[in-house]
Amino acid sequence: MTNLTFAPPPPNTEATEKLRAEVRAFLNVELAGMTARQRAQSWSGRNPAFSKKMAEKGWIGMTWPKQYGGHERSALERYVVLEEMLAAGAPVAAHWIADRQSAPSILRYGTQEQKDFFVPKIARGELFFCIGMSEPDSGSDLAATRTRATAVEGGFKVNGTKVWTSGAHVSHYMILFCRTDAKSDDRHGGVSQFIVDMKTPGIKVSPIVDLSHEHHFNEVVFEDVFLPASAMLGNQGDGWKQVTGELAYERSGPDRFLSTFTLLIEGFAMLQEAVDDRAAIALGRIIAHLMTLRRMSRSIAGMLQRGEDPAVHAAIVKELGTSLEQEMVEVLRLIVDAEPDATSSNPYVAVLAHTIMHAPSFSLRGGTREILRGMIARGLGLR
Amino acid sequence: MSETTDLIRDMAEKLFGDTCDKSVLAAAEKGEFQTGLWKEVTDAGLSGALLPESAGGSDLSIEDALAALRISASRAAPVPLAETMLAGWLAGSALAVPEGPLTIAPASNSSSIALKKTGAGWRLEGVGKRVPFARNAAAILVLAEADGANMVARVDPKACAISEGRNLAMEPRDDVTFACDLGAGDVAPAGNNVNLETLRAFGAAMRANQIAGALSRTLEITLQYANERVQFGKPIGKFQAVQHNLAMLAAHSAAANAAADMASEAAANGMNLLPIAAAKARCGEAASIGAGIAHQTHGAIGFTREHMLHYLTKRLWSWRDEFGKESDWSLIIGRAAAKAGPKKLWSDIVTA
Repeated sequence: MTNLTFAPPPPNTEATEKLRAEVRAFLNVELAGMTARQRAQSWSGRNPAFSKKMAEKGWIGMTWPKQYGGHERSALERYVVLEEMLAAGAPVAAHWIADRQSAPSILRYGTQEQKDFFVPKIARGELFFCIGMSEPDSGSDLAATRTRATAVEGGFKVNGTKVWTSGAHVSHYMILFCRTDAKSDDRHGGVSQFIVDMKTPGIKVSPIVDLSHEHHFNEVVFEDVFLPASAMLGNQGDGWKQVTGELAYERSGPDRFLSTFTLLIEGFAMLQEAVDDRAAIALGRIIAHLMTLRRMSRSIAGMLQRGEDPAVHAAIVKELGTSLEQEMVEVLRLIVDAEPDATSSNPYVAVLAHTIMHAPSFSLRGGTREILRGMIARGLGLR
Repeated sequence: MSETTDLIRDMAEKLFGDTCDKSVLAAAEKGEFQTGLWKEVTDAGLSGALLPESAGGSDLSIEDALAALRISASRAAPVPLAETMLAGWLAGSALAVPEGPLTIAPASNSSSIALKKTGAGWRLEGVGKRVPFARNAAAILVLAEADGANMVARVDPKACAISEGRNLAMEPRDDVTFACDLGAGDVAPAGNNVNLETLRAFGAAMRANQIAGALSRTLEITLQYANERVQFGKPIGKFQAVQHNLAMLAAHSAAANAAADMASEAAANGMNLLPIAAAKARCGEAASIGAGIAHQTHGAIGFTREHMLHYLTKRLWSWRDEFGKESDWSLIIGRAAAKAGPKKLWSDIVTA
């Protein structure tokens, strides 16, 4: 049985708290003009100029080697920046995926040329990435991927369709997960990853508008797209192992329990005149959950620092965290006297509307609740 | 983790793993105090964990004491270890305590206890509600305010009227009526940072650790059962619906253990109230969900007196209420947050 305990997180240090103060001072200035509704976008809020400023502060690629434009700071220092950004509702979407998973994957599996070319630009906030995993017939069942890269002279030719690709329309590159070899008995074999320039001829990006009329994700069609052999990330056929590692990065952070923090703040502000005991109990309970999740999530930062594999721990934090995010909506609805209205000038009312309409995605994106529970069960030795 | 901590954990694992078998648990439920087990706990230095060495204790760190307590709870050890540790903390170096199990009052907020100075000594009056193991204790350490000062009184339970009660696990929870004259040497000023609020918080930190221990063990035996019990031609743990329930049991057990760690650190760090409040609230919720899943997985057999499971789940159902239930602690957190206001919410979560 996997050891599913969460070791005590590394303690805060003078360095982390100095950094925290610096981040807060920065955010006080930079976010001054943002409305609550904009902040509620959390890590889906996109502002490339803001990302560039974060890079100038050295807050992208914090843990990466200096050789590649990183800053060689600890996982806990990176955690401080992430959680402060999320709690404040900073518009971090532009660089979020590249910082969270694409560059770490490139550093882990990439060639020297790939590391030299991509990672410093990502750290400078100049290159944004999207994730090419899901397909029309391959959502949770990632191994069913049908997009195929066929070997041709000098490289590969890609055909297929990716969907639900957040930010594909504004990203420079995609890490594409696709089939390179025939299906075999090993259903996790024969898949590989590529770093794809989104300007490559034959790639067509079309918007998929979500139920709140927002455009975050896209359909990305590949039609005879030529990729040079140098675009392959890692070894041919190792795609499954690599994508699993990438998903552990994707699931382990505070973005999995802090994405509704603006709702909590605004709901609380609405109540502030009179927090009765019923409301205080409801708020106190949410805070108790947040404190516990934060401890567990920081414990994972410690695991990353020590080079341990946090996949199952990350699944636990994501499952408990996204459940709390979704529950937070229901709790606030019942203690604050207001009806949701996305067009309202009342910050809480607008944020509530936004959050209700985005909440279903919390337990879908980055691995569905059902997939995560399956992973935890596997960690328990049941599968 | 220090070497001492590892040694204490290993020792506790062995001690409670070897001793807390079904016969001990069943006998305790019938009301027999487990003298043999208690002697082992005492010989191992655990009952005196929080007593200074000068008072014959083993003067463990609070975190080590709570780690040992968590392990005792994982075996549903039917002895007043938490209470004796708390009593040791109350007595400190100010009051000598007799040998044997000890307990404390007030354990419940519905108690009302008054201590007054008389000519040569003290007068203690009132009722301590739901005092754990009062009938078995060699002494009750009572914390009370007298003239604005926190005082600790050492009381012989035989001098009190005891109305017996029990929690769901049949652990004694007695109402104790005090009407005693105490000598000057029976009462001493409470130690630094020992007051009614910190006593309740420490009690909550203890129950949080006990819940975490009992939930870990509940997860273990439930996994074992799911791997062994065959229905429809395969172990029930192979069914996805069951797997998902067990995943949630594991998640809540992990959360309870992380929360209990948070409580232990806060207890060691000046009895910092908010993390302990959060931990007790979180552990209480995990206890409810975890016990429910464990029973659901075990089916009817887990509902019988014969099976081991109920020794753990009845403790989970009891401990979640003792020293403040989820709503009591959530209220404290919520009120503190309301007082600070929404703009301070995040920084208070970070600093807590």
